[in-house]
Amino acid sequence: MATKILDLPDVSYVLPGNRSCAGCGIGIALRQITAALEGKMVMTVPASCLTVFGGMYPISSVNVPWVNVAFPSTAAAASGIAAGLRATGRAGEMTVLAMAGDGGTGDIGIQALSGAAERNEDFLYLCYDNEAYMNTGTQRSGLTPAGARTTTTWAGKRENPKDLPRIMEAHGIPYVASTSAAFPADVYDKVAKARGIKGLRYIHMNTPCPSGWGFDPKDTIRLGKLAVDVGLVVLYEVEDGVFRLTGRSTSLAKTGKPRVPVAEYLATQSRFRGMKPGAIAEVQTWVDGRWDGYVARDAGHCAG
Amino acid sequence: MSEISMSRPAVGEAGRTGEWRNSRPVVDPAKCLAVKQGKVTCQICWAYCPDGCVAQGVGPVIDLTYCKGCGICAEECPAKAIEMQPEALHGVCAIDAGGEVAR
Amino acid sequence: MSENVSVMTGNEAAATAAKLARVQVIAAYPITPQSPVVEQLAAWVESGELPAEFVAVESEHSAMTVCIGASTVGARTFTATSANGLAYMTEQVWWAPGARLPIVMCIANRAMAAPWNVLNDQQDSMSVRDAGWVQLYCRTNQEILDTTVQAYRIAERLHLPVMVCYDGFLLSHTMMPVAVPTAEEIDSFLPPFTEPFTVVDVDDPRNIGPVVIADPRADETGVMRGGYMEIRAMHHRALLEALDVIVETDDEYAAAVGRAWGGLTWEYLLDDAEVVLVAAGSLGTQATVTVEALRAEGIKAGVLGIRAYRPFPVEALRGKLAGRKLALVFDKALSYGYEGPICSDLRGSLLGLDDAPAVFGAVCGLGGREVTPDHLAEATRRAIAGLDAGARTRATDWINLHLDGE
Repeated sequence: MATKILDLPDVSYVLPGNRSCAGCGIGIALRQITAALEGKMVMTVPASCLTVFGGMYPISSVNVPWVNVAFPSTAAAASGIAAGLRATGRAGEMTVLAMAGDGGTGDIGIQALSGAAERNEDFLYLCYDNEAYMNTGTQRSGLTPAGARTTTTWAGKRENPKDLPRIMEAHGIPYVASTSAAFPADVYDKVAKARGIKGLRYIHMNTPCPSGWGFDPKDTIRLGKLAVDVGLVVLYEVEDGVFRLTGRSTSLAKTGKPRVPVAEYLATQSRFRGMKPGAIAEVQTWVDGRWDGYVARDAGHCAG
Repeated sequence: MSEISMSRPAVGEAGRTGEWRNSRPVVDPAKCLAVKQGKVTCQICWAYCPDGCVAQGVGPVIDLTYCKGCGICAEECPAKAIEMQPEALHGVCAIDAGGEVAR
Repeated sequence: MSENVSVMTGNEAAATAAKLARVQVIAAYPITPQSPVVEQLAAWVESGELPAEFVAVESEHSAMTVCIGASTVGARTFTATSANGLAYMTEQVWWAPGARLPIVMCIANRAMAAPWNVLNDQQDSMSVRDAGWVQLYCRTNQEILDTTVQAYRIAERLHLPVMVCYDGFLLSHTMMPVAVPTAEEIDSFLPPFTEPFTVVDVDDPRNIGPVVIADPRADETGVMRGGYMEIRAMHHRALLEALDVIVETDDEYAAAVGRAWGGLTWEYLLDDAEVVLVAAGSLGTQATVTVEALRAEGIKAGVLGIRAYRPFPVEALRGKLAGRKLALVFDKALSYGYEGPICSDLRGSLLGLDDAPAVFGAVCGLGGREVTPDHLAEATRRAIAGLDAGARTRATDWINLHLDGE
């Protein structure tokens, strides 16, 4: 049973007066990630927007054990902490959570993550995907969507983003999920479920970013939900290789309602301003193909 | 002095982030679902605040010392009970030494 | 002392030391000539002979990272690498000492690419001397075993990582007699690691290694905490404290096991030496053969061996070199565009010493180029000739080099 917002525990490990941008998607999600783990956790955090929540020494804004690490190393640091906790007889005390952005996960961080997944290390990895290197000022990442203007793709990114959850599925780990910061109860549920599974658990979380995507901060939730209604962001789980859509994506697949056209979503953010109709049509085709694939997997037409 | 950097958590690491905003959320108790029903209900503003500045309640209480004025609560309130009002309406800088809360 | 004498390679000696030290987490990536260390430890962990976590990481950067993570939660850690592997993990080689983590790493010294070369020189470890590790150099496989065990004591007392360096192939793959101390002897010398600086505790949630600004900043209770420069100053001071701790640890090890290695430096026929050959590692052992030959010719030669390269033993060197005619420093590395690293450091450390010797430098053995005691002897005779002809400085002498036309 999916948790309703009203039933989310009234706790907060994320403290106000932090340095994140107004309307930051990470903050909304982090409150539920830490709540789902009841604060019984240690996080490894690379250089990234998330680091901002750690504050500047000697004061931090997050009330859980947290270890800052070098940029490429999030998954290796989590592997090390997990090994160290086992070696010192403390493995049961806390969940090890590696949490990095799309760059720290899918670009510079992918080697360490792939190695950890192949070894099925025992920790939870959560990628908050704000679709660019935001902490350094919005340079393109391997997960930046096609057409998006960034400071290294001024004319719009040519390539479609990598499918990181699919890459993680290929490692044969016990749990892979896709969620969105715009659905904090879904984030809560997936983290809570992952908490109880042994081995490498990977959660990919689309994270709207008003500063980098170019929209009014009040729209963080609205646009995150719109992306799901387009089929650009898909909510799903893969448990022991079995795929199923979840939440709003399930409803979208089952009601037969037409998805919102991609153009409507792209029009809401200044990073897509200047995209030509031809480019938009290509993105629509790409989204349609992917969506059909997800629906087919959900219906059990292929094993994954 | 410590040999390593190891911080402790505290509210307000970045100072009074309420000073960042141009407009502030104001809850209209007449429209708020929790107030109308007399019990904790909905709490969507509480869930969606990136900074945890909304305390659950009948109705919810917003901490204006730290509220950055992002406007998500106002945008998402299903009863349209929260309005973003310009800071100028409340004085140029309405944060005093004791902080301020709005009901 | 009820030791078991065995014949083993330098790599086996390093692995044996890690086992005796009861390391808890091992993460290492193979690279010639270090690979047998990793292989031996993997075998012992699999058989249960060494009850440790072995993380088969996918790169050296991750190897050091796993050690950083494990050390942060208080586990005793071990890794090893060489050359390009050390270069690949360099970002983390800087991280570990700044974070004050007592990691121990063995380096089987090897040449840096490009061009590719798997043979011995000391370029790899010399190139990271600035990062803030304690750096110790070994002459024999016995010293590798003893020094690697000592390294844990030094590291955990000072909260600093320690690098134990030994020549690739010349020591790593060469069999030598090694007396293996008993577990009881080592346990009496090396207590468990129980007091990391870092706190990982759900009841006391701390944020470890965050951004530190330039200036001191008050914490939430108003107490001033250091900025970056203060934290680095305390790191540097700990490294200077190592000058004493390295010596004390060697003495404590001698009491427990019956062997010591000279502390910061070691010497051979130094007492009345006028000409001092200076080197780190097995080259120093070769130099002892050289000075016997030179003495037979009437040259009062001696050897001053560098055991601790970082912290640099300034006072020890000034004390032992005062009044000599010449110090000839043999480097198996080069700071390209300048000269050998030990040579620069040593010459600089003698500045202002009233009766400082002339200091000349020689570079040898790069990429495994053969260095014999005869080569060292010829180089010494050339240096003495230059000095006697009135030279106070001399270009670096490249030994056994075969450039066209030279």
